[in-house]
Amino acid sequence: MSDKFTVEIITPDQSILKSDASEVTIPSYEGQMGILKDHIPLITFLRPGLILIKDQDENKFYVEEGTVEFSNNNLLILTSTAKDLKNLDKSLINNLLEQAEKKLQDSNSTDKEKYIVSYQIDTLKEINR
Amino acid sequence: MPSLDDLKKRIKSVKSTQKITKAMKMVAAAKLRKAQESAEKGRPYSQKMQNIILNLTKSINDPQNAPKLLVGTGEDKKYLCVVLTADRGLCGGFNSNICKLAKNNFKKILSKGKDLKIITVGSKGLDQIKREYGKYVIKKFSFKEKKQITFKEANIVGNEIISLFNQNEFDKCILFYNNFKNVITQIPQAQQIIPTEVNKTNDTEEKIFSYEFEPEEDEILEDLLPKNISTQIFKALLENAASEQGSRMTAMDNATRNAGDLVDKLTINYNRSRQASITKELIEIISGAESL
Repeated sequence: MSDKFTVEIITPDQSILKSDASEVTIPSYEGQMGILKDHIPLITFLRPGLILIKDQDENKFYVEEGTVEFSNNNLLILTSTAKDLKNLDKSLINNLLEQAEKKLQDSNSTDKEKYIVSYQIDTLKEINR
Repeated sequence: MPSLDDLKKRIKSVKSTQKITKAMKMVAAAKLRKAQESAEKGRPYSQKMQNIILNLTKSINDPQNAPKLLVGTGEDKKYLCVVLTADRGLCGGFNSNICKLAKNNFKKILSKGKDLKIITVGSKGLDQIKREYGKYVIKKFSFKEKKQITFKEANIVGNEIISLFNQNEFDKCILFYNNFKNVITQIPQAQQIIPTEVNKTNDTEEKIFSYEFEPEEDEILEDLLPKNISTQIFKALLENAASEQGSRMTAMDNATRNAGDLVDKLTINYNRSRQASITKELIEIISGAESL
């Protein structure tokens, strides 16, 4: 198919996913970003959110941070926290949620940290629903 | 000529040593598979990370204002050497090979009149280095009690290096570790991580992209460079873990074989002297009977 490009999700421990996709939505640092074939070369950060990979079927991954590079119709997502939504269980989500809320209350956190954490909470709540 | 009893004792002791080395070999083989797997799985991440940084480096048009972690301080006076070794011995030339390479580099650095600082990871390297270069060691790490190396450990070392760099403690940072090629071959390596080394060999083949950055280029680099350092250290630690087990496996395999050879040799000796003593006794009996 001509309107497809490859996606790779790699963590320090292993390569999680390598497949074709027709559209990928990533939670970039400055907002949701949809990527299609022949996007111009791009480097960006991730904030906590969901990566949505569309092919015949849809795959969702939860991430907290990461780096994204797109070049030559190859989308590379480097992250240490990617988790397939299918394998994410309730207790883990609640655990993360608790931690994140604690961090938000913490007066030592900087505004930037709070900004990121607030996204994390939103995402987790959305998954929980 | 040792007595029969002595020989018997030696054979027994060699055999029990052989049992130990055999067990160690088997344990190393089991650990090796795990370590090798995680080393191989970890490779793409560090490679891709390095790639992104390289591409970024190429697209920087104002080197003066680029982050110092990437381009260096512009000076070449103070060196920081990070020597990654194992915490356990009995793994052949594994630790010595890294230390030998590191020491050669230390000599070169010192002979040029530069400043040298050393960080060691793993206690075995420290033991070998501290005799000659003990006064240069500024920090030592050991992850002895950790069964599996994770990114967290690499981060601890990485953060230390970065904070030292920000305090202007060094201009260049070099990592020493063993690269795991296969079970019998491990190659000691020196990798410069600060400033980032740009590979010039495949420059011509690769297209230079003009990337779109979001947020700004500087911000990305600021975040990515420290991460890259931890990543490179993590990779080195994983390669090291695999190499250590591989090296131990071959060393223990050799030891088992040598012990086997030794047992054979000693058994022949034992039998020979037993026979000699029997012959001697027979002669004594016969000559005694003749003289009657």
